[in-house]
Amino acid sequence: MSEGPLLEVRDLSVSFTTEEGVVQAVDGVDLDVAPGEVLAVVGESGSGKSVTALTMMGLSRGSNAAISGSARIGGTDVVTAREPELRRIRGERIAMVFQDPMSSLDPVHRIGDQIAEQIRAHREVTREEARRRSIELLEAVGIDEAAKRVDAYPHQFSGGMRQRAMIAMALSLEPSLLIADEPTTALDVTVQAQILELLRELNRARGLTIVLITHDMGVVAEIADRVAVMYAGRIVERGSLDEVFYDPQHPYTWGLLGSLTRIDRPRPERLPQIPGAPPSLLDPPQGCHFRPRCPHEFERCPRVPGLEPRLPDQPGHLDRCWLDPTEKRERRPLGEVGS
Amino acid sequence: MSEPLLEVRGLVKHFRDSSGLLGRRKGLPVRAVDGVDLTVAPGETLGLVGESGSGKSTLCRAVLQLKRPDAGSVRFEGRELVGLSQRQLRSLRPRMQMVFQDPDASLNPRKRVGDIVGYPLALHGIASGAELRREVGELLERVGLSAEHHRRYPHEFSGGQRQRIGIARALATRPKLILADEPVSKLDVSIRAQIVNLMRDLQREMGLAYLFVAHDIGVVRHVSDRIAVMHDGKVVEEGPADLVCEQPREAYTRELLAAVPVPDPREARARRARLSA
Repeated sequence: MSEGPLLEVRDLSVSFTTEEGVVQAVDGVDLDVAPGEVLAVVGESGSGKSVTALTMMGLSRGSNAAISGSARIGGTDVVTAREPELRRIRGERIAMVFQDPMSSLDPVHRIGDQIAEQIRAHREVTREEARRRSIELLEAVGIDEAAKRVDAYPHQFSGGMRQRAMIAMALSLEPSLLIADEPTTALDVTVQAQILELLRELNRARGLTIVLITHDMGVVAEIADRVAVMYAGRIVERGSLDEVFYDPQHPYTWGLLGSLTRIDRPRPERLPQIPGAPPSLLDPPQGCHFRPRCPHEFERCPRVPGLEPRLPDQPGHLDRCWLDPTEKRERRPLGEVGS
Repeated sequence: MSEPLLEVRGLVKHFRDSSGLLGRRKGLPVRAVDGVDLTVAPGETLGLVGESGSGKSTLCRAVLQLKRPDAGSVRFEGRELVGLSQRQLRSLRPRMQMVFQDPDASLNPRKRVGDIVGYPLALHGIASGAELRREVGELLERVGLSAEHHRRYPHEFSGGQRQRIGIARALATRPKLILADEPVSKLDVSIRAQIVNLMRDLQREMGLAYLFVAHDIGVVRHVSDRIAVMHDGKVVEEGPADLVCEQPREAYTRELLAAVPVPDPREARARRARLSA
């Protein structure tokens, strides 16, 4: 691991001015994504995970948005880059796929033409060459009879095939980083498994770096190398997949893992639940944002805890909770994952 | 076993695909529900799982006679529903209610919460005036809200609270059966557990039976006594919840279960190793 991170996010904050006030959607996010890894950013709605992802693409800008901090890919900071430079980065270095493929696919154009057009907009290739490339891409994402299907329209594809086509389009300019925002959430579970397998394969075979945005800890466990847990605009815990699942340090992570239903374990009488609801980002609580829902609150919690390594033997495992690690291990509910 | 509360036999509902958009030849019927048998005992939860297009939502609507079945029988409390007039059905509606997936789409944003929850009581002439207000207050408290909330509008509540309002409305007429169509699938993970636990508590307190329809097998298994697995309009497997999940008989059920992501990295790795071996 002599290489530096492919993507380096430092103290990234994004706020939006609305009629009701300023919404602090992302609040001091730090992330490193190493080449070839799969990082899962997990959180609920309003956690800031999608705004973080959009910001990496320069897509959260707007007259009502205030963005600070940095997000560097290669030599470019996407927070400050000008639009022409961003256009070169999008697709070429970072590409994004979304929950709904129809947000990226144009319903009135053939799939192959859409991919070819994107290639020709960025590369000097002939029409035939771009078409040949489109067919290869569709094959690479597991679409059978790609040479025939290249002429299909999006509505002639199933949901899973559309998602594959969107991934093919995202890969068309050979980006080094793919940001996938809830790519399987709208899919049936059997199709979801296929798309996750495809992403794993692209990661393994092509060394594609992936940032996967999801709310689903099951999806995280299936694909991630590292995990960042977000809550109310902040990362509250970050570490390797196994560290976060088997030695979770933040009470919010405990709650998330505890409330999961498992089909391969005896079911508990009651599902452990986190009380209350996430705070309004217009007026979040002072200090730790999870404080009002946390059963372990104490006098230090009204001060913002930094995202820091607190375990000497796990230097890459960071969390934002004032409890000391011994207390955490004593208080952490057992009987869930990792027991 | 006691007399079933709901007994569905040979239920069929098909649609004519006049557009050809469903990928079949034009004009041929699509058998959305294709001969389904199921029963729900009083106080029991039957979980109905299936992927999109399996027919589970159509089945719900055909059970409630919101869509008239093409064949088969639906008996509720021993009484045949198929063939009843709208008026006859209306007198039975208070005893079988529905909770929907999307509280935002099912709660009128212009009505106060008190009017939303109290509407079924007024509609069926069960309560009015001060008695209705008292009932509404009790219902709101029963689902974990406060009686004072009756003056507020749906948008003033979080997604989880709005689903509680939907549940309070369904409970208003003291039903025996609730059909819950994906009641937690739009909710965030941390809220989902609250609603699942609430539904179980209400079941015990009020002796409710649920037909709990969802695509998330983990949630279905947690809440259900029995599970029916739907595929292509048919129930392909049915049995006690743990048995269906632990020892599935049908290939389709096995395929479905194998695709459910396991929120446990070691187990997920072991399973992938088994599958690739």
